[in-house]
Amino acid sequence: MNTLLIPELGKFALILALSVSLVQIIFPLWGAERNIIPYMKLARITALMQAALMSISFFTLAYAFISDDFSVRYVAENSNSQLPLIYRFAAVWGAHEGSLLLWVYLLTLWMAAVSLFSKHIPLVMLSRILAVLSMIAAGFYLFLLLTSDPFARLLPNIPLNGRDLNPLLQDPGLVIHPPMLYMGYVGFSVAFAFVIAALMSGRLDSAWARWSRPWTLIAWCFLTYGIVAGSWWAYRELGWGGWWFWDPVENASFLPWLAGTALIHSLIVTEKRNAFKAWTAFLAICCFSLSLLGTFLVRSGVLISVHAFATDPHRGEFLLAFLMLVIGGSLALYAWRARTLKTELHDFNFYSREAMLLSNNIILFVAMLTVLLGTLYPLLMDELGLAKLSVGYPYFNAVFVPLMIPLFFLMGVAPWCHWRQTEPRILKAPLIKMLILVCVLALALPWIAGVKLHLMVFIMLALAFWIAFNSLAQIKRRSLTHWGMVTAHIGVAITVIGITLSTAYSEQRNLSMVVGDSVLVGPYQFRLESLNDMIGPNYHGVVATMRVEKNHQLVEFLHPEQRIFNVSKTAKANTAIRASLFSDIYVALGTPLEKEAWSLRIYYKPFVRWIWLGGLFMILGGIFALVGKRRK
Amino acid sequence: MHPKRKLKLYWIIALMLGSAAIVSLVLYSLKQNINLYLTPSQIQSAHLKPEQLIRVGGLVVKGSVYHYPDSIKQRFVLTDNKQNLTVIYEGILPSLFREGQGIIAEGRIDSSGVLVASEVLAKHDEEYRPPNITADIL
Repeated sequence: MNTLLIPELGKFALILALSVSLVQIIFPLWGAERNIIPYMKLARITALMQAALMSISFFTLAYAFISDDFSVRYVAENSNSQLPLIYRFAAVWGAHEGSLLLWVYLLTLWMAAVSLFSKHIPLVMLSRILAVLSMIAAGFYLFLLLTSDPFARLLPNIPLNGRDLNPLLQDPGLVIHPPMLYMGYVGFSVAFAFVIAALMSGRLDSAWARWSRPWTLIAWCFLTYGIVAGSWWAYRELGWGGWWFWDPVENASFLPWLAGTALIHSLIVTEKRNAFKAWTAFLAICCFSLSLLGTFLVRSGVLISVHAFATDPHRGEFLLAFLMLVIGGSLALYAWRARTLKTELHDFNFYSREAMLLSNNIILFVAMLTVLLGTLYPLLMDELGLAKLSVGYPYFNAVFVPLMIPLFFLMGVAPWCHWRQTEPRILKAPLIKMLILVCVLALALPWIAGVKLHLMVFIMLALAFWIAFNSLAQIKRRSLTHWGMVTAHIGVAITVIGITLSTAYSEQRNLSMVVGDSVLVGPYQFRLESLNDMIGPNYHGVVATMRVEKNHQLVEFLHPEQRIFNVSKTAKANTAIRASLFSDIYVALGTPLEKEAWSLRIYYKPFVRWIWLGGLFMILGGIFALVGKRRK
Repeated sequence: MHPKRKLKLYWIIALMLGSAAIVSLVLYSLKQNINLYLTPSQIQSAHLKPEQLIRVGGLVVKGSVYHYPDSIKQRFVLTDNKQNLTVIYEGILPSLFREGQGIIAEGRIDSSGVLVASEVLAKHDEEYRPPNITADIL
């Protein structure tokens, strides 16, 4: 075959996938209404067909990148023949068109998985679920084909070389972060489709929660991993040592995570107690709507951010209309059918597990709303023409942290509570003992370490110990799902410790240095030994050699770089980090100053690894819960 | 009152108090932490309160960057091609900071009309222009 035709194959597969998705909407829904079995069964096959077609489409684009086919406009704009192979592959999702192609490709994979692993779900229900998923896919196919065709060609004037991938994206982070994040976003569509299908049939029982819980857990694990990887990437890449900036794009991924965390908890109540059904259904709708909103915020270009590349207003309009349709449509259906979800509420007292999970949901939901407000407020003001403004991170810290304190407190109480009711008297003695223990520990540990104790450090440390010890105190019930809860909650405690200690005890110096200068940061002595020119595969630049000593003993040589990319002529700092479990040393080369001097950032960051380590524990907890459920 | 109803009433009161507290906390912090986004020519007419944190977007005037010796302090001029604004920043400029490039500086205007920046943000794309500027220049 003429190689010039290969990208057309990808586009053709995309168009075919759109046609198949329409079939998968019409026939299964009709079949479910009229009870025509072959029509319903069709959905299982078409779901697999869509996944196959999208695999062809996706890998065709990947092939265009790897084979440097600059006749494809998207490749010419985001790749270059000098670009290392791994980034040429990852560049597929390095910009707008390809990342949406990845989004919908992952959706078809989820759809195929639902079709394959749901033998126990009644056919009527399954066909509706697959039809709903197909509606979402159809929306994205149309979006790609109408406004952002990744296979658009530059014929006959093929550029000799490409404009290169955005240097900020040339990092291992690009290979993991977006696909994981999208797996999470898209994964919440399954829980959403379950709810919509159940609302259509007017029957939402605990079986629905039992089916959708594993899917939601998997999606949540992926999203957690995506966020952790993104935070770690920002820390390494952006060169100012932060791991979370309350940037609108970060918030876009955090919003569905907060709603999703609430959802995996309320699903437990719905499954085990057949309660909170309407609320759980609402959360599932919210969760997916927020995932779509996240995609919209990042991909529409309404945000000024490193992440926002799309600037074509039609794209924003299409996504906004699609968002309105999905959210409006599902909420209308919800309002119309929610009455059928009413349950006779079992009595439960304040110390019951139901009440604990309800409080968890309320706090997480309120926290989500405050973040949403801070994220959308500048957009609304701008759209209404009132003012151009931004909401700074102090807002988020001021509202988010106080909300977390009661949440963390209740996380320690919850493991002691039983379903329906717990006698407060039984709780009192062990909890008071525990409270004394964690307060003593939170006072003693900083004292032993010989650092100044701040009030916030004391509160947060005590809460972290409170969460961890209370979770561990109740491991008499040794089911794997229970271990899942314990592990995930300990993960939260680890992250809280990491955030608290790295925030309180980090040391930072921004300074101008010439070769031979030394500076003391934290317990470490840094000496700038040399500055040398260097040449990389698609960049050139300067590399510094920094000698790090502690108590006059050599610890390590660090080599921060300042790279200038050949094609785009943009500069990027490559940080040098010595990572260890209890502290990081972090050096970033800034910009050249007068007379051979360079500006440098040097950080000493204790416990910063724990922030991400806690995230990994949460994921592990999710996996335990998942495997534990399958065993039963 | 029936004890069950009484409990319900307590719940409702607690919820209302809780949400009132949260709403006021949220609105208060939002009001405290809004950074207005302006261009150099909008500053004069903006009636800023003293010490108000603002963000100014503009292009770095060619040849205006001055590094103070033996420090990481620098001075440069931002323009929207109508008005100029001098910025003083003690800190490390982003790698993408270049003369002629669009940047955003966050800080406060001092008594002499100079922006004392606490943060300078540069955007990655060389074709990038801060919002407003694009509309105003092109």
